[in-house]
This record gives sequence, C-alpha cells and structure tokens, in this order.
Amino acid sequence: MRAEEYAERKETLDTWPIHIVTYRIGDKYYCTIDNVDPGARFARAEGPTREEVERVALEKAQRYLRQTRRFPTAT
Amino acid sequence: MRDNVLVSTDWVSRHLNDANVRIAEVDVDTAAYEQGHVPGAVGWNWTTQLCDTVVRDVIPKKKLEELLGASGISNDTMVVLYGDNNNWFAAWAFWQLKVYGHKDVRIMDGGRKKWLAEGRELSAQAPQHAQATYQAKDQDDSLRAYLPEVMEAVKQKSASLVDVRSPAEFTGEILAPPGLPETCQRGGHIPGAKSMPWAKLANDDGTFKSDVEIKALYDGVGVTGDKPIIAYCRIGERSSHSWFALKYLLGYNNVKNYDGSWTEWGNLVRAPVEKP
Repeated sequence: MRAEEYAERKETLDTWPIHIVTYRIGDKYYCTIDNVDPGARFARAEGPTREEVERVALEKAQRYLRQTRRFPTAT
Repeated sequence: MRDNVLVSTDWVSRHLNDANVRIAEVDVDTAAYEQGHVPGAVGWNWTTQLCDTVVRDVIPKKKLEELLGASGISNDTMVVLYGDNNNWFAAWAFWQLKVYGHKDVRIMDGGRKKWLAEGRELSAQAPQHAQATYQAKDQDDSLRAYLPEVMEAVKQKSASLVDVRSPAEFTGEILAPPGLPETCQRGGHIPGAKSMPWAKLANDDGTFKSDVEIKALYDGVGVTGDKPIIAYCRIGERSSHSWFALKYLLGYNNVKNYDGSWTEWGNLVRAPVEKP
C-alpha cells in the first residue's frame, strides 16, 4: 500500500496560518493540520472521505487555536 | 559531511532488506506509524520509549539498550531515523543515540512527509526483528547543556545561544506553538540568544537546505562556530534538528542541545528573560 491523493495547502484560520495535508491509505483518508510556524501537527482526523476528515480536522484546529493567547511583547 | 548522516528516500527504498540497516520511525504524532510506515521500520514512541518516564530526562541507558536490542539493533547496525514534522523527533532520537555513543546513525532526509508525498510503499505491520544485544556507552555530556551551564554562558557570554522557536515564541507574543498547550509561565527568550527558527533550515519537501544556505543563515545572526553553541527550543526536539544541522552539516565542533529549553527556563523563578 501507499499514500495516494496526497495534497497539501496553506490557509489562514482565525488569523493563524495553517498547513493542511490530506491523503488516502487504503480506504481511509487522513488529514493533519500543522501550525505553519513552527510547523507542529496539532489536529488530525481520519475517516471515509476527504471532505469529512478535513471538516473534522479543521474543527479541532479551530478549537485549539482559539485557546492560544497572544501577549504584548513590550516589557 | 552530510553523506555520513543523511540518506535519501531513494537510498532507503533500496536498503529495505539490508540486514546491516535498521530503520526506525519517530513521530510527533505517535499514531502516525500505525497508519502505515516504511516497510520493516520499527516505531518508537517519544513519549514513552525515548525518555525517562519518571524523571524529566533522556532515556536511561538500560532502557535504551533494551529498546535497541528489541529492535534488532546491535552496536554495529546502521540506524536510519525518520519521522513527521520534518524529522523533529527523528532528530531528537538521533541526538539521544549520539549521547549514548552509537556510531552510525542517519536521518532520512525529508522524513515521513517526503516518503508519503512520493507515493512510496508503506506497511501496516510491525516487523519482527531478531533480538540483538546492545551495549550503550555512558552519556556524552559534550552534546548536552544543562541549566547551570546555560546560566553561566549567559553571565559570561561564553557561548552562542540559539533560540530555534518561532519568532512569536522568541518575542513572547505566544507561550507555545499555536494550538498547543502553554507549558511555561513567562514568554520571551534567554538573554543574548539569537533567533534562528528551525524551519528556516528546511525546504518545503522537508529536506534540509544545502550546507551553504544553512551556513549563510547562521552567519547572518552571528553564529559562526567560533565559540561554543547551545541550541534550545521549548522541550528540546526542534533544537535537536538545529543541533544536528550545526554539528553534522556545518561541522561545528562544540554544539550542545539544551533540552531543558524554554519549559525549564521560562518557569524558573527570577531567571532573567529578554523581551522582545
């Protein structure tokens, strides 16, 4: 077996740049979402269709990103 | 120099059945291995198998010997590591294997991402390798920086500190990578540290940039190898990636990974912090 229909793209979600990777292995689709900077995977989903796994992964990503606080950088 | 520590996906595909080579996948996402992995590759879980699970520390020597032995790795085996996120935790494993003196360790350039994107063969079955005997050396502390040494380096300005986190973490705008839990009380960076985000060292396909490009990046922030270098990030895995590049691609002699990193420094009472 091998990864098929491999696709990646960059988007912005709630002002945060994200990187979405989706592919299929066998009959299962996988979607992972990284924060672009630093590039850490923080949301993932697996399921029967591309649309479904991307929808679920994006929902998770949004939930986690909304918990990220921004602080003033001046001392 | 990079030929001694990096192998291509193509090279790996030609050595899947090489008895002298053992391939190991180490991912940030510990479930990724189960989806499918390089045929014959063992999977190591960084949260349970590549650390001391009681004390915050690298894997204990005995545990490492057991892990490598069970993976069919002896002292003479070439170990090829790869993983997701441009080899973050593969580099973390590389660093630990070097800390324990393993001779021949390499990273598959581009990691899991490149292997998948190229549509290469995957296996869902964990391999059964014959048990081997492994004898680790004592920890090589010339590769690892501890808090007192970092504090002294700050005070004496005796080392180049490299903060490899994102610019927003460096300035203290965020306390952890977006979407991940905050694991420190204060944001900012260690005084005097230079910002060189790890991601700048990688191409879009996950491979390392050329030695010339990487050297130019570090030269640009004044990290030239003329004095000891200490790399740090949040928990020590991104800095393993940068440590690898500084030590094994650029060939700088005295490079240490400060794995205590910002989760240690940013939680210390009265530790000096620089912002932005």
